[in-house]
Amino acid sequence: MVESQNTQNQNSVCFRTMHLDEAVRHTLESYRGIGGYAQWERILRERPDPNDLIEEMKISNLRGRGGAGFPTGLKWSFMPRNAPGQKYIVCNSDEGEPGTCKDRDILRYNPHQLIEGMAIAGYCIGATAGYNYIRGEFYEPIARFEGALEEAYAAGLIGKDIQGSGIDFDCYSHMGAGAYICGEETALLESIEGKKGQPRFKPPFPAQYGLFGKPTTINNTESLASVPVILEKGGKWFLEQGRPNNGGLKLFSVSGHVNNPNNFEVPMGTPFRALLEMSGGVKDGKALKAVIPGGSSVPVVPGDLMMDVDMDYDSIAKAGSMLGSGAVIVIAEGTCMVKVLYNLSHFYMHESCGQCTPCREGTGWLARVLHRILDGEGRLEDLGLLDSVAGRIGGRTICALGDAAAMPVQSFLKHYRHEFAYMIEHGRSMMAA
Amino acid sequence: MTDKLNIEIDGRVCEAAPGEMIIAVADREGISIPRFCYHKKLSIAANCRMCLVEAEQGGRPFPKPVPACATPVGDGLKVWTRSPKAIEAQRGTMEFLLINHPLDCPICDQGGECELQDVAMGYGGDVSRFAERKRVVKDEDLGPLIATEMTRCIHCTRCVRFGAEVAGVRELGATGRGEEMRIGTFIAQTVEHELSGNVIDLCPVGALTSKPYRFTARPWELTMHDSIAPHDGLGSNIRLHVRRNQVMRIHPRDNEAVNETWISDRDRFSYAGLYSEDRLTKPMLKQDGSWREVEWTDALTLVAERLKAADAADTGWLMAPNATLEELYLAARVARGLGCANIDHRLRQQDFRGDAADPLLPWLGVTASELERQQAILLIGSDIRHEQPLLAHRIRKAALAGAQVVCVNPIKLELNHPATQLMGSPAQMLSDLAAIAKVLGARGSSAANDLIGAAEPTDAQTAAAAALREAGGQGGGVVLLGALAIAHPDFTLVKGLAHAIAAAAECRIGYLPAAANSLGAYLAGAHPDRLPGAKPSETKGGAVAEILDGTSKTLVLWGFEPDRDLIDTAAGMEAIGKADFVVACSAFRSAALDEMADVLLPISAFAETSGTFVNANGTWQRFQGAVAPPGEARPGWKVLRVLGNLLDLEGFEYRDGAEVQAELAALCTDSPLDNAPRGDFDASPASASGSGLMRVGTIPIYAADPLVRRSTPLQQMPMPRCELAVYLHPQQAAADSLGPGDIVYAQQGHQGARLRVILDDHVPMGCARISGALAGSESLGPLVGPVSLERVKNP
Repeated sequence: MVESQNTQNQNSVCFRTMHLDEAVRHTLESYRGIGGYAQWERILRERPDPNDLIEEMKISNLRGRGGAGFPTGLKWSFMPRNAPGQKYIVCNSDEGEPGTCKDRDILRYNPHQLIEGMAIAGYCIGATAGYNYIRGEFYEPIARFEGALEEAYAAGLIGKDIQGSGIDFDCYSHMGAGAYICGEETALLESIEGKKGQPRFKPPFPAQYGLFGKPTTINNTESLASVPVILEKGGKWFLEQGRPNNGGLKLFSVSGHVNNPNNFEVPMGTPFRALLEMSGGVKDGKALKAVIPGGSSVPVVPGDLMMDVDMDYDSIAKAGSMLGSGAVIVIAEGTCMVKVLYNLSHFYMHESCGQCTPCREGTGWLARVLHRILDGEGRLEDLGLLDSVAGRIGGRTICALGDAAAMPVQSFLKHYRHEFAYMIEHGRSMMAA
Repeated sequence: MTDKLNIEIDGRVCEAAPGEMIIAVADREGISIPRFCYHKKLSIAANCRMCLVEAEQGGRPFPKPVPACATPVGDGLKVWTRSPKAIEAQRGTMEFLLINHPLDCPICDQGGECELQDVAMGYGGDVSRFAERKRVVKDEDLGPLIATEMTRCIHCTRCVRFGAEVAGVRELGATGRGEEMRIGTFIAQTVEHELSGNVIDLCPVGALTSKPYRFTARPWELTMHDSIAPHDGLGSNIRLHVRRNQVMRIHPRDNEAVNETWISDRDRFSYAGLYSEDRLTKPMLKQDGSWREVEWTDALTLVAERLKAADAADTGWLMAPNATLEELYLAARVARGLGCANIDHRLRQQDFRGDAADPLLPWLGVTASELERQQAILLIGSDIRHEQPLLAHRIRKAALAGAQVVCVNPIKLELNHPATQLMGSPAQMLSDLAAIAKVLGARGSSAANDLIGAAEPTDAQTAAAAALREAGGQGGGVVLLGALAIAHPDFTLVKGLAHAIAAAAECRIGYLPAAANSLGAYLAGAHPDRLPGAKPSETKGGAVAEILDGTSKTLVLWGFEPDRDLIDTAAGMEAIGKADFVVACSAFRSAALDEMADVLLPISAFAETSGTFVNANGTWQRFQGAVAPPGEARPGWKVLRVLGNLLDLEGFEYRDGAEVQAELAALCTDSPLDNAPRGDFDASPASASGSGLMRVGTIPIYAADPLVRRSTPLQQMPMPRCELAVYLHPQQAAADSLGPGDIVYAQQGHQGARLRVILDDHVPMGCARISGALAGSESLGPLVGPVSLERVKNP
């Protein structure tokens, strides 16, 4: 039964323009054609109580799609919406988590739904201005989003006193400059403000002191793009697509050793087995060795364990990892896990912002020790060292990058310690044996 | 006290204010939590992660160790700073900090006073688990004051935050990411801010150290002596670090009421001037045009004879305003004991027509700590950052808290906070003030009323008046007069208008003291119509202008250089040259003193004598000598004591400086800190006459007094807008057919100097900015006065 629901409701939220011709699916006309901007225009007409809209969002159980999984409706309710002064809605399209490429395709194929979602969110939290912070490498998605903004302005869907409603909503795009850390919401705010991208210490949280010091809500692209559909079909409908506490559909970016790497929008709770099937199975018919189920920052899960996991927050947590951003990295049998971990650790060394001591110093230490092991200069005590250094980074930093750097190390050592030990003892990879 | 709450740290119940951070409570309770990035005067960065502690609130433990510097207290908070979890977190951070730190303590200047070294003793391991290559960072040259060894940097960003938050100029910043993060100046420039040296104290490691002090001593070799800085009117509390009778360096001493935790670079590095080669170390006598070293007895006997023989009416005493209270008092006693009331310390003032109306003891009007809580500040005639660097910081704090700062100045200032700057010629300054006064409906002397009547207030002047009135109504407004007001040819009228404005807007009025002991000079009686205790004298002596009008036959010059420290150096030197007998009491020799004086008496410089300075707040700050003066130089008060004995004056049997101070203090018990005028500031305007250019002469920050001028590191600092040159507004230059780089002959009176033209829109039309107190400026006339420029055809 689950299988049939999958095929039926696939691509029904953020990807609901996917069935249209690729050349035009991102245009205003296409979006209008599937009922786009109807929710926004209803709000402009009827000016419903924002609290009712937020309540609907809470019912939907939409959890932040950027990786942390914080309930979106609850986040909106933290905003002092009636406080005087400027407030902001910020969309986080700085999709930098290795393995993740879902927001890119929302920007490319359904940018208007994001604009509508941002406008609605702005209405709900009392913000008359929105920023979309887009990863700097996203040339085509940036062009698509900015094109959509022009169309929306030209059609009088955003701007000042929209359609005579007295409601203002201005929307701006802002390009990142290649720093992973700017995907962290407060570093992102610093970056928009023109400062060095470094996370802020919290509290104060952005809802009190955000962009330019004003109350701000930051949501992921997928979260915001889900909003118009949730309001159209109802929070209950959205919740029921998934499972209790794991509502809705979710975009999964399946990459790595699969035959058909792609983004799939499927209901929460879809078995991993089904998702792997949609991706065409493991490449070259090999066996599944491991999966990193939620982007590079989450713990790795051994393949045999993963095959019995469903793709939702709670099930993956039970398997010892996290749903994260929904980036499913598939690793086939025969892959050297030491090399994989070095690749990840090198990434975090490169992307640490340098602010907090444990992350600034520790990420480089981890990467160097791993590099030494790969060079055949490893020592058995390095395994304990890696574990201990990772433990001293995790939970000790301002933002979650420290945890993100630590978790892969700890989980790789937990599940594949023998591969590391083999390489240290033999000076070559176990996989080459 | 209802909003206090109790928290528990290491089992001890501590009282805390809501919102206070754990570390602040712990510090107050004497519970030590290691830290690097936290500093009580800077914003919270929470980046070093050294202060991690274990905590729980309402019985619920925090899942992770929390930074004590950034975790606010709340009801039911329990903190453990020494629990196994806390210690493990602190040790973890320590290990990370040390892996890339060079551990070159034996060759590091910070060794022995390094926060990292200290904390590593408690939290570091004895063997490093780090076996990879260490980071090496290229150094940057930050200028003559701050030495860098950036490989040692632990990225606490205290220096960066200091620049952004205290100095108001982001001279240092962080670039790069992760391990590649670097602290630097972005574009390799000298750090020039007048408070920049504080980053040396802030730096917890040896990354930023003092360049002049570098490699000269170890902290454990130094003895510390409390003292008071001898330059601006604030009297920053300092600590002299001395080794083998030599001042090696200077650090600030905390005093919230005065300098908080900061000192200016001038106060920090001027000590280097003590060791200049031109110290005067023997009493000297000029005979037949050549100098001869003599014994103190012979020198003083001669001086006593000549003073006694001289006509008191033709004798004058000129005292440096940063002489100690004891010196000023004894000098005033000797002078008046000989029947001479011609004694003054106001060396950079030219208009004395307002003396009769002056307050008895012109002080700041508000305390330094009150200054930062003002809502409106009218700053008249002050290059505040150069004159009073830390009072400028207080004003900045007020401005950042929302105060309206309005400047009426003959130059535009480079300020690091919002301010309305009304820039105009000295005559325009009077009009600006008159216009503000007019909006307020203020009335003053008849000359002031003429100006007020003629004024046509502009929007800016109207807004300034409104801000002052609003703040004044709430008791938060102050009008301040600075050095450029004092030097103004119509200081009397400036004062008159300022007092009128203050009265009408219900603001207080304050005088920025010209030097470290200007208030002390009034209290000591080093003023032609003040007796000790700042009491009015019935017999009025001659002020500086009269003493140097060319008729004085006998002159005593105390602690200053006539070619630098007078408002009109050309005329002043000419007048001194005409005198029959000139005694110069000085710590330094100079060509000008050699030429003009007949006797040179070597007196102690700063740090070599005990004494007292009375600061802008009116606070008496006594200090002890920390090192012996060089050669036969003697503390000034001792010289005057012996002179008093030789002159057979009564009551000169003092055993120590404290006794001198106590005697004066007894006379000062009812000295009022009251800036109310005692009469009308009435005088016809002098600055408006003539249509030619007016010189605007500021005193560059590092040229203020003889000691600073001899501090090599400070002299190496760039002095933007204060080089010896003529700064002209581009349009003014164009009107006079002058271009940048042209050489002109700047003439004041019958003398002048050849100077280069620099274009600068921070100078008003009708003015030429030519700094004083610089080598080469001595042949010029009044700091503020008419000047003519003539292009030198073939320079």
